[in-house]
Amino acid sequence: MNPDLRKLKNAVIAVSKKQLFLPVFALCIVLIVNVVKTPTFFNISIQNGVLYGYIVDIINRASELIILAVGMTLVIATGGIDISVGAVGAVAAAVCVRLLGSSYDAFATPLFLSIGIALLAGIACGAFNGFLVSRLKIQAMVATLILFTAGRGIAQLISAREIGGKMVPGQILYVRMESFKAIGGFLPGVVVPTPVFIALGVVIIAYFILTRTALGLYVKTVGINSKAGRLVGINSTFIIFMCYLICGFTAAIAGVVTSSRIYSSDANNIGLYMELDAILAVALGGNSLSGGKFSLLGSVIGAITIQALTTSLYAMGITADQLPVYKAIVVILIVSIQSDQLKHWIRNFRQKSGTVKAVVQ
Amino acid sequence: MKIGNYLKEKMASTGFLLFITIIMFFIMYAGGVLVYHKQGFGTIQTFMNMLIDNAGLIIAAAGMTAVVITGGIDISVGSVIGLVCMMLAYMMQVMGMNAYVSIAVVLLFGLVFGTFQGWLIAYMRLQPFIVTLAGLFFCRGLTAVISVDQIAITENETFLNMATKNIYLFFGATVNKRGIRLYPFIHPSVVIALCALAVIWYVLKYTKFGRSLFAIGGNEQSALLMGVNVRRTKMIAYILNGFLASLAGFVFCLNTTSGFVEQARGFEIEVIASTVIGGTLLSGGVGTVVGSFFGVLIKAIIETYIRCNGTLSSWWNKIVLSALLCFFIVLQSVFASIRRKRSI
Repeated sequence: MNPDLRKLKNAVIAVSKKQLFLPVFALCIVLIVNVVKTPTFFNISIQNGVLYGYIVDIINRASELIILAVGMTLVIATGGIDISVGAVGAVAAAVCVRLLGSSYDAFATPLFLSIGIALLAGIACGAFNGFLVSRLKIQAMVATLILFTAGRGIAQLISAREIGGKMVPGQILYVRMESFKAIGGFLPGVVVPTPVFIALGVVIIAYFILTRTALGLYVKTVGINSKAGRLVGINSTFIIFMCYLICGFTAAIAGVVTSSRIYSSDANNIGLYMELDAILAVALGGNSLSGGKFSLLGSVIGAITIQALTTSLYAMGITADQLPVYKAIVVILIVSIQSDQLKHWIRNFRQKSGTVKAVVQ
Repeated sequence: MKIGNYLKEKMASTGFLLFITIIMFFIMYAGGVLVYHKQGFGTIQTFMNMLIDNAGLIIAAAGMTAVVITGGIDISVGSVIGLVCMMLAYMMQVMGMNAYVSIAVVLLFGLVFGTFQGWLIAYMRLQPFIVTLAGLFFCRGLTAVISVDQIAITENETFLNMATKNIYLFFGATVNKRGIRLYPFIHPSVVIALCALAVIWYVLKYTKFGRSLFAIGGNEQSALLMGVNVRRTKMIAYILNGFLASLAGFVFCLNTTSGFVEQARGFEIEVIASTVIGGTLLSGGVGTVVGSFFGVLIKAIIETYIRCNGTLSSWWNKIVLSALLCFFIVLQSVFASIRRKRSI
């Protein structure tokens, strides 16, 4: 083989082994397909005083997913998983909207207070999950399954409205407060959607906490070998607990942003299928689902990729209910590509074909 | 002191959780009879209604027990049931197919789906919850692909007969106001469920396959060294579960006679809760289908309570069940720690 070619090949192999290769590669594919289909894909214009265009829409819609993916990355890095994020988001949204008041004369708590309480509700849910997983050593999947189902029930009970003198749960609550719209919409005079700022803020804060303090290192240690971590003096129980707590917190932020976007609280549909998207984002980011090393940036790019995929699938006329089919297939593909078993088979196959070649020669 | 030791020993034994469940069932049932006897809680027909309403759950819980015993989990069952109902409704109502052919098709689908999941878990060594979570979303999405509207089965005579046929029992008759003796009845779905339960009970207890499941759940490495074909056994467990999930879907459809995207959403927690409440350890190696049956009955009692009460929102169903699941999981973890301490 030509030495230059070999050098190129080696370089390509080296790049493809980088953790960020998979998410960036997938994002590029989705974007290229979109550009080919709609040439105006990258156009951005200002309409009605705000940014407008496909790309803006994707990044705007990806905000909740990015926020969720930050928390999910931490949980998965400890070797766990949290499938309750969608339901926790619904609980936080229900709390926030109920406190804000669905009618003019109801609670009408100040905006910041009700958002604060909603976030606290999310933290409480996260703490519940964390307690079950870290203290009682219950499998993460099963522990979070409790809130995965109960969460929507609780959110339904919170979403009660007075009908005919009786509080009837299971209603869709509407907010009647203009300033609440700004969280999921636009701040006056700013062209970039607010969720983008919120997502950026969450990512930057998480990044600094994880790289400038030892927490990131601790999380990795716990994920790779929690027993060894404990022996060198890391309180792995506390670290795992904190990760679930943070995950609940991010789920609550995402829930509040979503409810502000639709300007109401719909306990059935807020954060529906979000858990799969978040797990998918983390997996696509090149993070191993069995824990250990993680890359926050990978998850963020993964989240944007998934939103780009969702938006393009919507553009192809696929309804929201049918979307999970395609996402489930993508999940299985990614997890299979990452699996050790496949690598093992490929290695065996190569060795076998190598010996066959040698024998033939 | 001696009694304390005896109690500790009892608590550490694996059958204790099942024991608690059975005691709890009788207490709850007696409580229900005392509080709601005016609404007819104590009649045999109420009990039979519990079985009729939860026939699908009994079957699904039996399958789940087999999977959980290997140390795995399957959270796709609810979606599989939803999909099976939709498939049945679509095939019989829209395509006008024969009832038996449609049933055979959905059972075959369950086998294929179970095989695929089992292969990914056993041979590709992927984590069960990731695979079955993807399966959950896949089936739910596929249901929407078939139809986003509710399809009610109204024309297929064979199927409707199957759904509404009353099989009268020969005991426990009550006399109504006009002096006519009313015998309690069940539907064919209950017969199917109880047969499936009996078969799975036999398979787990008396066959080589059943015993290998326990061996794998106890310690996969030892099972492998003992000569158990771990991968194949695991895969068969998921195939069995896939088949039972589709059978449960068929039975579920007998009760609802319709297909709908939202159907059986959150059913997986009911299945897992019934299994866990029945004393099956989520860490694997311990469990019985009889326990899971009692788990289903406890869930049924809670449902009947809420129905008899009349003022509570049906959302309480899920919350109470989740709380009960949580309680039993915590109990399991406490017992496990007691056992660990004793073994050290």
